[in-house]
Amino acid sequence: MAETAIEEGETNKEMEVAPALIAVHPLEKSVAVAAGAELRVFDLEGDSPVSLLDDSGGPLHADSIRAIRFGAKGRLFASAGDDKLVKIWTTDSWRCLHTVCSEKRVSAVAISNDGLFVCFADKFGVVWVVSLDGEEGNQPLVNKKAAPILAHYCSIITSLEFSPDGRFIISADRDFKIRVTIFPKKPFKGAHEIQSFCLGHTEFVSCLAFPCTPDYSQGFLLSGGGDSTVRLWDMTSGSLLHTCEVGVQAELVESNGDEVCHPAVTAICTFPVGSLIAVAIQSLHGVMLLNCDLSSRILSVAKVVSMGDIFIATSLGVSSAGRLWMITGASNILGPNFTSLARVKVLAGFQMSSNPESSENEPVMLEDTDIPGGEKVLEKLQGSLLSAKEEKALAAATEAVKMAMRNLLIKKQYSEDRRELRKKSRNDRKLKQ
Amino acid sequence: MSQNNRPDPKMNKSTHLPRKRFYRARAHSNPLSDSHFPVPITPSHVDYSLHYPHFFPSNDVISTHQATSSGVHSKKIQFADIGCGFGGLLVNLATLFPETLMIGMELRDKVTEYVRERILALRKANLGQYQNISVVRTNSMKYIPNFFEKGQLSKMFFLFPDPHFKEKNHRRRVISPHLLDEYAYTLEVGGIIYTITDVEELGEWMKACLEGHPLFEAITEEELKADPIVSLLISATEEGQKVARNGGQTFQAVYRRIAVSEEE
Repeated sequence: MAETAIEEGETNKEMEVAPALIAVHPLEKSVAVAAGAELRVFDLEGDSPVSLLDDSGGPLHADSIRAIRFGAKGRLFASAGDDKLVKIWTTDSWRCLHTVCSEKRVSAVAISNDGLFVCFADKFGVVWVVSLDGEEGNQPLVNKKAAPILAHYCSIITSLEFSPDGRFIISADRDFKIRVTIFPKKPFKGAHEIQSFCLGHTEFVSCLAFPCTPDYSQGFLLSGGGDSTVRLWDMTSGSLLHTCEVGVQAELVESNGDEVCHPAVTAICTFPVGSLIAVAIQSLHGVMLLNCDLSSRILSVAKVVSMGDIFIATSLGVSSAGRLWMITGASNILGPNFTSLARVKVLAGFQMSSNPESSENEPVMLEDTDIPGGEKVLEKLQGSLLSAKEEKALAAATEAVKMAMRNLLIKKQYSEDRRELRKKSRNDRKLKQ
Repeated sequence: MSQNNRPDPKMNKSTHLPRKRFYRARAHSNPLSDSHFPVPITPSHVDYSLHYPHFFPSNDVISTHQATSSGVHSKKIQFADIGCGFGGLLVNLATLFPETLMIGMELRDKVTEYVRERILALRKANLGQYQNISVVRTNSMKYIPNFFEKGQLSKMFFLFPDPHFKEKNHRRRVISPHLLDEYAYTLEVGGIIYTITDVEELGEWMKACLEGHPLFEAITEEELKADPIVSLLISATEEGQKVARNGGQTFQAVYRRIAVSEEE
């Protein structure tokens, strides 16, 4: 039995599939996609694909990219992943300003709202900070030194965010925890003061987002997790305000025999205006829209936008133009020779005025030719326009992403017998015999 | 040894306390491995009626989290012995602070089992006493926030922890700069953290971690002398007694949780 365990471990290694990611410039000036190790950017404002400039030589990223994001003002962009590199780009010229080396694989990245700091989290649960001040992009500094500021004890950090007011840095992990830490003025000395822990998820936490609150003081937090729920928190106190069982509501929770499979929430996106939230769920062909009522503190399902049977979004991006950008796909699912697959779709027509009286727009799916920039945007971001056969392969890709995520973040359950058996085969016991 | 007809041979015949030889465990346990014990989702899910039936008569209808929020049972655990081992300190503190709820946290299942039996036996033999101590098997390096709210604890004990000599394994040490953030979160301002070890290198490490942390300050010599708990760190713990028996040295660091200084 021990042998089968080892074999399982090896196949898991091959199954290390990274989901395709998407990030949209806050003013929709550009869109970025990460598929495997490849970073693709399209300049929507200039209507042209972007060639990234990196003076460090060699490939931009040598392994799967795990996190991409624009800064709050859209001036900066960061990418990081399994090659243990964090690259910080200026979006004016798309030149790499810094390449930061991490000791471990990077699982999440965040840019402070003032653009002065970049924080990243590694797979051992440590959050690091790098400072960007004093440089206007003239002198790219390779190998900037990062300092550790906080840690989740030996847990994979799945998501990292600065609160909209910049007071807190929020980190979520696979041990069901969300930690809200005060982001200090001098972060290089460490972020020691924990504001709260948001506890309530019963599986790994996968994503964090902030509802937009023009009339409410800041302090609300949204999270999604492996337990198929989206939760609303008061992050100042850490109290759970409401739980929306999105998996149950979309009838996605399957039980085969005694094992209940909860599809994980993989992404949450909030819009700059309005109460709608977009949620991506594994095995949901489309995207779920929730209504987030902050006065009564209730999350409710507004609508499920269905997208045929080949589109399970792996990542979401949103812009001030009221469009939701979605991507599905994965890195080398069929081995290293196979190129990554990605498919981008856009949902448009989200209400972008704060006036609730304005006519209620229904979000509509855009045809490929109607998305901003047209088909050449897809050609850049997807790598190519997919053939029908490749579209079919996407289903396999999302299934592989789902398996990889489960293997990475869900604790393996062994039966009592098996644990005893493994204890017996411990090395120190063997020597005695 | 001698098989008699007593129902439980694991208990000492005269004292009715559990016999350690039936609860032997390895001295070390890997805090990094994924564990298989249940963990409370939040501190309000900690079942106080299970740990302290004397203080929390089990009213099945009133689940503890409703009870605590409505203020019926406002009593909360205040002392935590992290890595309590065989529970020597808890047993001594139980009678010294009879109205304070305390919990021992231990990673090794057999050792936890021993302490549980020991407490039950003590409660039986001394009616009305030892009702304020309990033990739980958990990995306190991972799950402290699941057991205690912000500022809930007034004292935390880290007595004779695993030294983890190899540099590679320093991240397994129970006192580390990053874990101190979590301990500071759990301790009330003014709360005290007690550490002691017989390993000089670890003693220096723990002291350096506490000294370098902005939320802790060292306690003065006079205060240490006035604190009745300090002498118990050696005399009450099984590890401390062992060190004393062998004439070994100990290295302690006792620090107070302070409020954040605003000028930074």
